[in-house]
Amino acid sequence: MADPQTLNETLQSQIGEQDGAREKLLRLCRQNKLAVVSAVVILLILLMAVFAPLIAPYGEAEQDALNRLQPPSAEHWFGTDELGRDVFSRVLYGSRLSLAIGILPSIVSLAIGILAGLLAGYFGGWLDYIIMRIADVMLSIPSLLLAMVVMYTLGSSTVNLFVALSMVGWASVARVVRSQTLSIKESEYVEAARSIGVSRWTIMRRHILPNCIPSLIVLFTLNVPSAILSESSLSFLGIGAQPPAASWGLIVNQAKQFLFTQPWLCLAPCVAIMIVVLAFNFLGDGLRDVLDPYRKNQ
Amino acid sequence: MENEQNVLEIRGLRSYFFTEKGTVPAVDGIDLDIPRGKIVGLVGESGCGKSMTAKSIMGLLRAPGRIAGGSVLFEGRDLARLSDRELRRICGRDISMVFQEPMTSLNPVLKVGRQVRETLLVHDRSLNKQEARRQVIEMFAKVGIPEPERRYDCYPHELSGGLRQRVMIAMAMVCRPKLLIADEPTTALDVTIEAQILRLMRQLRDETGMSVLIITHNLGVVAELCDLVYVMYAGRIVEQAETFDLFDHTAHPYTRGLLASIPRIGANPDRLHTIPGVVPNLLHLPKGCAFCNRCELADEACRTASPELVEVGPRHKARCLRCQKGGNA
Repeated sequence: MADPQTLNETLQSQIGEQDGAREKLLRLCRQNKLAVVSAVVILLILLMAVFAPLIAPYGEAEQDALNRLQPPSAEHWFGTDELGRDVFSRVLYGSRLSLAIGILPSIVSLAIGILAGLLAGYFGGWLDYIIMRIADVMLSIPSLLLAMVVMYTLGSSTVNLFVALSMVGWASVARVVRSQTLSIKESEYVEAARSIGVSRWTIMRRHILPNCIPSLIVLFTLNVPSAILSESSLSFLGIGAQPPAASWGLIVNQAKQFLFTQPWLCLAPCVAIMIVVLAFNFLGDGLRDVLDPYRKNQ
Repeated sequence: MENEQNVLEIRGLRSYFFTEKGTVPAVDGIDLDIPRGKIVGLVGESGCGKSMTAKSIMGLLRAPGRIAGGSVLFEGRDLARLSDRELRRICGRDISMVFQEPMTSLNPVLKVGRQVRETLLVHDRSLNKQEARRQVIEMFAKVGIPEPERRYDCYPHELSGGLRQRVMIAMAMVCRPKLLIADEPTTALDVTIEAQILRLMRQLRDETGMSVLIITHNLGVVAELCDLVYVMYAGRIVEQAETFDLFDHTAHPYTRGLLASIPRIGANPDRLHTIPGVVPNLLHLPKGCAFCNRCELADEACRTASPELVEVGPRHKARCLRCQKGGNA
């Protein structure tokens, strides 16, 4: 097999390999410093949430009646609230609920959206019509309002908060997956897969879905902060997480009566929300630049 | 099956597109036999219905296109009447297809070895993945892919066009089909690779005894590879013959035009021969012979009466009024 063509093909593939996966990753990291920093920040915050009991100097609801409404000090970095609870510890424990509510409903809505989008895009016809009209209705109602309606109907509890936030995000995912499915199902490799007898479900799972993943990663990283914000808003309005559990929105809610006298009580959870939301947004933007084929040449 | 020697018999196949502007008869009643172990060529210009014929066999027509009539008999079963599920069981295992464009026929996000392995796993659920992998690598070696072990884990973009087409052929061959349909398998490749791929297909036929239906617009490919040739024009077969017979005793003016259009080094250096005009719009076919608008020999009779496919020699048929009157046009 040493004819010139074979040699040529071998050479080509070897040249291709020099630009290996590792160098490519490094190059992308250099180009998207902000996204890398954001990823590190998110990782740190996740670790802090997981190890909150080890890091926090005081308990989640540990009260100290003698030290109420203290300003920031060496013992209480972010001060104490009206029951003498350490705000730094509250924010640390709150990150667990806030992040969980940011991430888990996003995963659920991602799964629902993928299924709905694949079905609508691949089968088309009346199924497509029904799914997409439901999605349109979901998208036409402000998501916070929708979540509030769900919370009022089901009652305020942390579990219901998960349900409510899972229901609002799927429509935009379904739209993206559907439009990609529509274009990919016409491609020759799907036709080739059909020609070798691959079933429709396998084509959707193995051939269409992997091609949607870049857009889905971006969508996911942008869904998480909006879910965190929704949780904060709902908790602030008093229909989200219920005390004595700590979430960032809840801490702000309880601190709002001291906004002008002890502003640090509000400041700490607000800054935490801001950092996480910004980090996810920057990461999402960076990933979009890397993964979107249409932006590559810019 | 009318003849036990045939692996596939197409009878009166009609595949129409039902569009808003009207019904487009892309394939309009063709008969085609593929004998066991033979390579059959289906030749014609762009838009004459060659690919539609292949897709009809494989059940790959998409709305608004569908099979409107006729039968596709494969081992006594009519593929045109099978359910999608039954057809999927046959496609890939007994009949498989190589596509025109190796650049886009492989999924860019899947490793090529896994895509080929999929064919095996779909049709034999008891097969374990290691064994399937071994068979894929064996087939890679057979279709002339160097370092098959390493290529197994390559993504399509890491391979050249020629290698990708070899992967496609491996994918089609890995279940040892009885019939391989190749839709313009070398059109996207340059001529040296084309020769290699054609040689490979003949070699695989010789080794496995499968039949091949090769769809092409290139009569050079036909001359090199095929045992039998069908020439298609505007959705119909206009001439069918054994390859040597077709080149030596060309009957239909359209086939003659195609043959004259092959560029030859040394001859007629100024201009390339062309057949004037284009394939007619299938929505508005001429009343008589579909080729009459472009035929140098056409007369009044050709414009009014539609010719039948008639015998003009041993195993040689043509659809031309001038042949019906006797002898070659």
